[in-house]
Amino acid sequence: MPTVSFRVDGVDHTLDVDVRTTVLDLLRERLGNTAPKKGCDHGQCGSCTVLLDGRRHLTCLALAVSYDGAEVVTAAGLGEGHADGLHPVADAFLRNDAFQCGYCTPGQVCSAVGMLDELREGHPSHVTEDLDAEVDPDDDELRERMSGNLCRCGAYVGILAAVRECVASGGEA
Amino acid sequence: MSDEPQQRPTRPIDVRSVGREHVRVDGRAKVTGTAPYAVEHDLGELLGRELPLLHLWLVTSRIAKGRIESVDASRALAHPGVVHVVDHTNAPRLQGDDEPELLVLQTPRVSFRNEIVAVVAAESLEAAREGAALVDVTYAEEPFSAELTDSTPTYKPDSVNPSMPTDTEEGDVDAAIAAAEVLVEETYRTPFEHNNPMEPHAAMAVWEDDPGGGSRLTMYDSTQGVHGVRSAFAPMLGLEPEQVRVLAPNVGGGFGSKGVPHAPEMAVALTARALPGRAVKLAVTRQQMFSLTGYRTATFSHFRLGADDEGRLQALEHRVVEQTSRLKEYAEQTASPTRMMYAGPNRRTSHRLAMLDVAVPSWMRAPGEMPGAYAQEVAIDDLAVRCGLDPVTLRERNEPEIDPDTGKPFHDRRLVECLRRGAERFGWADRPSEPRSRQEGEWWVGTGVAASSYPMMAMPGNTCRVEALHGGRLAVSIGAVDIGTGAWTVLTQIAADALGCPTEAVVLRIGDSDLPSASVAGGSSGTSSWGSAIVAAAQAFREEHGEAPEVGAVTTAAAEENPEKERYAMHSFGAVFAEARVHRWTGEVRVPRLLGVYSVGRVVNPTTARSQLLGGLTMGLSAALFEEGWRDPRFGHTVTQDLATYHVAAHADVQRLEAEWLDEADTVATPMGSRGIGEIGIVGSPAAVVNAVFHATGVRVRDLPVTPDKLVGQL
Repeated sequence: MPTVSFRVDGVDHTLDVDVRTTVLDLLRERLGNTAPKKGCDHGQCGSCTVLLDGRRHLTCLALAVSYDGAEVVTAAGLGEGHADGLHPVADAFLRNDAFQCGYCTPGQVCSAVGMLDELREGHPSHVTEDLDAEVDPDDDELRERMSGNLCRCGAYVGILAAVRECVASGGEA
Repeated sequence: MSDEPQQRPTRPIDVRSVGREHVRVDGRAKVTGTAPYAVEHDLGELLGRELPLLHLWLVTSRIAKGRIESVDASRALAHPGVVHVVDHTNAPRLQGDDEPELLVLQTPRVSFRNEIVAVVAAESLEAAREGAALVDVTYAEEPFSAELTDSTPTYKPDSVNPSMPTDTEEGDVDAAIAAAEVLVEETYRTPFEHNNPMEPHAAMAVWEDDPGGGSRLTMYDSTQGVHGVRSAFAPMLGLEPEQVRVLAPNVGGGFGSKGVPHAPEMAVALTARALPGRAVKLAVTRQQMFSLTGYRTATFSHFRLGADDEGRLQALEHRVVEQTSRLKEYAEQTASPTRMMYAGPNRRTSHRLAMLDVAVPSWMRAPGEMPGAYAQEVAIDDLAVRCGLDPVTLRERNEPEIDPDTGKPFHDRRLVECLRRGAERFGWADRPSEPRSRQEGEWWVGTGVAASSYPMMAMPGNTCRVEALHGGRLAVSIGAVDIGTGAWTVLTQIAADALGCPTEAVVLRIGDSDLPSASVAGGSSGTSSWGSAIVAAAQAFREEHGEAPEVGAVTTAAAEENPEKERYAMHSFGAVFAEARVHRWTGEVRVPRLLGVYSVGRVVNPTTARSQLLGGLTMGLSAALFEEGWRDPRFGHTVTQDLATYHVAAHADVQRLEAEWLDEADTVATPMGSRGIGEIGIVGSPAAVVNAVFHATGVRVRDLPVTPDKLVGQL
């Protein structure tokens, strides 16, 4: 079995893995970090989203052996260094009741953090009208950019409110 | 339980926390991903001993009907890490035959495609999955029937879910239809729909044999009712209920699909029994969920409405054709809203089922009410068009004086207020009366309305225990389950008000069958049922132990059945308004505005209630535009068995969505004044969207979902 190293939520791990192991299963089954969730295992729901080397990433579609040496931040580790141990995006989700059952939520929070970075860096989306101008983060932009994360409870109104608030506060991550 | 519960009447509570916004008490754990769901627990930690862990993977049938001729597990067992394969030849025997869906791995019979035929246990998830692919099963296939069409033979079930009459008849429908000045005679169809909670059905269990005799099954389960699982499983496994413990502290959604246990949970229990002393865990794959965890049957609603020229209904006929499975009967109560919603002296409803060799259908959010109200509310819109009447006016004109179904007076029927409030807020008065009158660029724009209702339900069998702890805190225990509804939060609020203490003093314990008995988180009955028991126990506790109880003082009580239930017909009501934009070249439908106004009794927590109602509206929007399970009748399975091909509303599909409620308190229904809110949001919303699409385009679509192919070419 190949050996891989991951830094997860600030802690280094080196372990032997089955080549078939996904980053998601490595996190959940080998390292016991169940903040990233398995909703579909096919990259269709977004529940497994983490920040992988700083970008939002679907871990169910990522084989662990392909990401040797990566740095992973999960929803459980996002709060590190923030007041009260709660990341501002997670805090906005909490205050805006941007979830019900909570199963898609860690993925939504990580996705929102990554999305805010993409906005800051000026990445366009499918609904961005002018690719040369600075992106206007209106509701349509935010909805589009958060559409990789399904919420069957239908908490999108709260999610939008939470994300909008983070954009307004400068998307401080 | 050590102390015998007393049945007692309840008094309405003095509200302080109830009715106010309260952030979810489990919220921080949810937003940081630290709240553990079913297979994320450590059974060894719970039981205080080291337990080896095995991962399970299901092998499912490749035929729709027939017999298993052989199961060869040798290749699977040779795969590194695979420990055991359970199939019908070596599975522990289950007792009883009341629950055919749960009798997994007991016979070689196959009743539908993708039925469980074996379970592979392995030391890793990867090995379990590969092992499952290596189990060789051969079958003797038999002819089967898996297609629901207008000509599929049907039968009349003895009753419909949960125990309603199959058919009803009042007056002379045929004569009234013949004499009617305005007639609607149409068929409205809804497709197969799949609940698809984000957390798949999942369970983790250990079976332990006590050397002194006796066994114990301990199980974390993703379920809407821990006691329901225990009472179903214990007798089948030859155990007393006390020998089974089911825990569900956090559940990632259910929408009815986790309301009763399904085959995969029993497969976990059975495998645990086959491998005593080892923890086994299974998460059903998203694909398997489409066959193994229930779904909503497709429904065909044949409607006849007869009215006078002022739109007063003289006759209503709703004949339902839908489907059940040969393995287990499930009869969706699709005509139920037609029995009580509108006045009319002549009325006939019926349900007929096609029995097919398919996966077992079950509850999905607002069973019966959702597809039935869809049909009725689009039919009413058809009638409004034919009468040349505003659809709000038509509904007002058909308000019944008493419940047409039971003959009892309604308690607090405020549908008309919901309609008027919604109309005012939505700007309904400005609506052009003619369809297809507004175009903006390449989009046709229109608005639609539909009414909704949901029966007030409270379940028997709820008991609560209150115990004084150190530091002035009070433990409140009941085996309720929070599937995302906010039960952790609202039950804390109810307990605090019933005890007359701050919410911080309440230590709520739920989600464990070792706690006092609780009914299912379903039928919009959870808060009413559990809350009433909490109020009963809290009021008894104060009477017995006063305001300064000694540590350890304990009271266990249940609420007496509500005597008002016999006097009144109790329902919640709502009105949903939708705006639709339909692209004239592509047929794409967008819904820029969706508003629901509800009468649901007192809202216990506006934060969580708004979320529930908006969530229901979202699921209704999703049903209106996207959701459709496609079954291939040649093979008997659902082809669209993932979240790419079975699309549920994504964030970009949802635009301006609003919910509000009338300010009220229904203390006749419950001591909290609440009536239940989990399901009414999905009732009416699909019809409102479909009616808005008609108003925008002049094209009447009667079959859900309204996909572009049903519009394009007519725009």
